Amino acid sequence: MLPTSSLRDALYRFGICIAALLVAAIFFWLLADLARQGVGRLDWTFLTTPPRNAGRDGGLAPILVSTFLIVFVAMSVAAPLGVATAIFLSEFTPAGGRLARWMSLSLDVLAGTPSIVFGLFGGAFFCVFLGLGFSILSGGMTLACMALPILIRTIESGLRSSPIEWRLGAAALDLSRATLLWHVLLPAAAPSLATGLSLGIGRAVAETAALIFTSGYVDRMPSSLFDSGRALSVHIYDLTMNVSGGDANAYSSALVLIAFLIAANSLAFWFSNRIFGRRVARA
Amino acid sequence: MIAYIADTDATAGSGRAAYTLGPLAAGPTCCEPRPQISVENLTLAYDGRAALKEVSLDIFRGCVTALIGPSGCGKTSFLSSLNRLSDLIPGCEVEGRILFDGQNIHDQLTNVRALRRRVGMIFQRPNPFPLSIRRNLEMPLKEHGVRRRADLDAAVWRSLVDVGLWEEVRDRLDAPALALSGGQQQRLCIARAIALQPDVLLMDEPCSALDPVSSTIVEDLIASLRGSYTIVIATHNLAQARRIANFAGFFWVKDRAGVLIEFDHCQRIFDSPRHELTAAYVGGRSG
Ligand SMILES: Nc1ncnc2c1ncn2[C@@H]1O[C@H](COP(=O)(O)OP(=O)(O)OP(=O)(O)O)[C@@H](O)[C@H]1O
Ligand SMILES: [Mg+2]
Repeated sequence: MLPTSSLRDALYRFGICIAALLVAAIFFWLLADLARQGVGRLDWTFLTTPPRNAGRDGGLAPILVSTFLIVFVAMSVAAPLGVATAIFLSEFTPAGGRLARWMSLSLDVLAGTPSIVFGLFGGAFFCVFLGLGFSILSGGMTLACMALPILIRTIESGLRSSPIEWRLGAAALDLSRATLLWHVLLPAAAPSLATGLSLGIGRAVAETAALIFTSGYVDRMPSSLFDSGRALSVHIYDLTMNVSGGDANAYSSALVLIAFLIAANSLAFWFSNRIFGRRVARA
Repeated sequence: MIAYIADTDATAGSGRAAYTLGPLAAGPTCCEPRPQISVENLTLAYDGRAALKEVSLDIFRGCVTALIGPSGCGKTSFLSSLNRLSDLIPGCEVEGRILFDGQNIHDQLTNVRALRRRVGMIFQRPNPFPLSIRRNLEMPLKEHGVRRRADLDAAVWRSLVDVGLWEEVRDRLDAPALALSGGQQQRLCIARAIALQPDVLLMDEPCSALDPVSSTIVEDLIASLRGSYTIVIATHNLAQARRIANFAGFFWVKDRAGVLIEFDHCQRIFDSPRHELTAAYVGGRSG
């Protein structure tokens, strides 16, 4: 009996390793290709000078600033709204109830909605209806709308997965709902908050379609949130599709985009740990 | 009406009146012959399936009341109906009357939070919060108005000493509570409950995860609380029930629902039970 089962174990392990290696390999191949073609132009000047000649030459400075501002607006709108909605869903609507079912259905549909639809909506609502025009603010808020469904769902499931014993224990000690939430449930859900934030940021930074209609193309340095600003992904799109001879800079920009993503993800984890996780002492 | 379950300051412990124990305190008769909690025809169902049927008994002030019976007979369910924790369990419905100091706890006028503040509970499975040891104890105290650092420290120290945990954790109070062993976690939960100095303590098998030494510590603690706290303890440990309880209730499963077979002075239940099911159970011949 023993040899058979350990052989099977070994086979399983082998299969799982292969699958994991495959995924990792694809990622590294992509990264290596990007690095090979993009690293040549990457230097301090590239990051600190404005683009020239429609982006064929020069650097990324205003684009980096715009991207950062757009993501910053998106997350500062999405994070509090997302946490509040998730709390409402998990704490104040019974699981399996009508409201909860409808909310989760619409959130799932929203999460799967193509970004171009969000772009059209954002253009019509933020730019035209609210009169914000093509601006970093419009773009950021459109991205917030896009990131919210994922954010809400991850935080909600984090909150719902806390054991009922904590709730019963808190009730038996006559702790208020607010105390339970703030001191126990939210800290315990900090990892899912971080996951939600980084997924949201990922979706936001990678976004092109939704931004073309809302924050626009202008590659000047923005002077306020009401200015139009070009995001990195829009820049890459423009360089590859509309600018002949822009490929080299597109690769370098893509490399910067990936670095930006990794930095943003680490920041999201640091941030949610800092706000909530610090209070949790996990085993 | 509402004055019965008054919004008392749960932590004003120094003024706690100890009820005078009768001459046979540890034996059959006990303390004040005045029920603190009267349960009348309690029926409790989960999703329409009865888990407890028509249970009636009196829990006396300052006494230790033990609930014994086989697994699944509804001891936990009974305890959770006493502080209305059953309200929070999805699908759980309770019928019948429970009088706490004469007031029906299901009355609309009853302040549930005030009730729960006066009734502490220790759960069958240890449930410390995912916080540090110190914050597990301090958070409820702060919530209930203890603000001064010196008072907090004193309460933490006192309750940890009472459950025999102080020596084990004194130098790692800020370590995660979930890193403690199961038995240590349970004692932390007991400490957390008694730090608030409730009037009534519901203990659901507090010693089931404990080694004999800590079990003895908790048992001595319960014995020392007798007289000033009303204690209801569910336990599988018959020897322990016999040692510490004044009253005992024997539950049994009949037609898939828990019923109270016999309720009497502890000694009577163990030495001269009236019901043959009880005799078989305490004699180790069933269950
Ligand atoms: N949350 C719940 N949902 C549905 N049924 C439940 C629930 N909790 C308990 N029950 C059922 O109610 C009955 C009584 O359970 P209870 O936990 O009160 O028994 P117990 O006497 O505490 O048992 P043990 O000694 O094993 O702790 C059991 O049949 C159990 O299956
Ligand atoms: Mg039980």
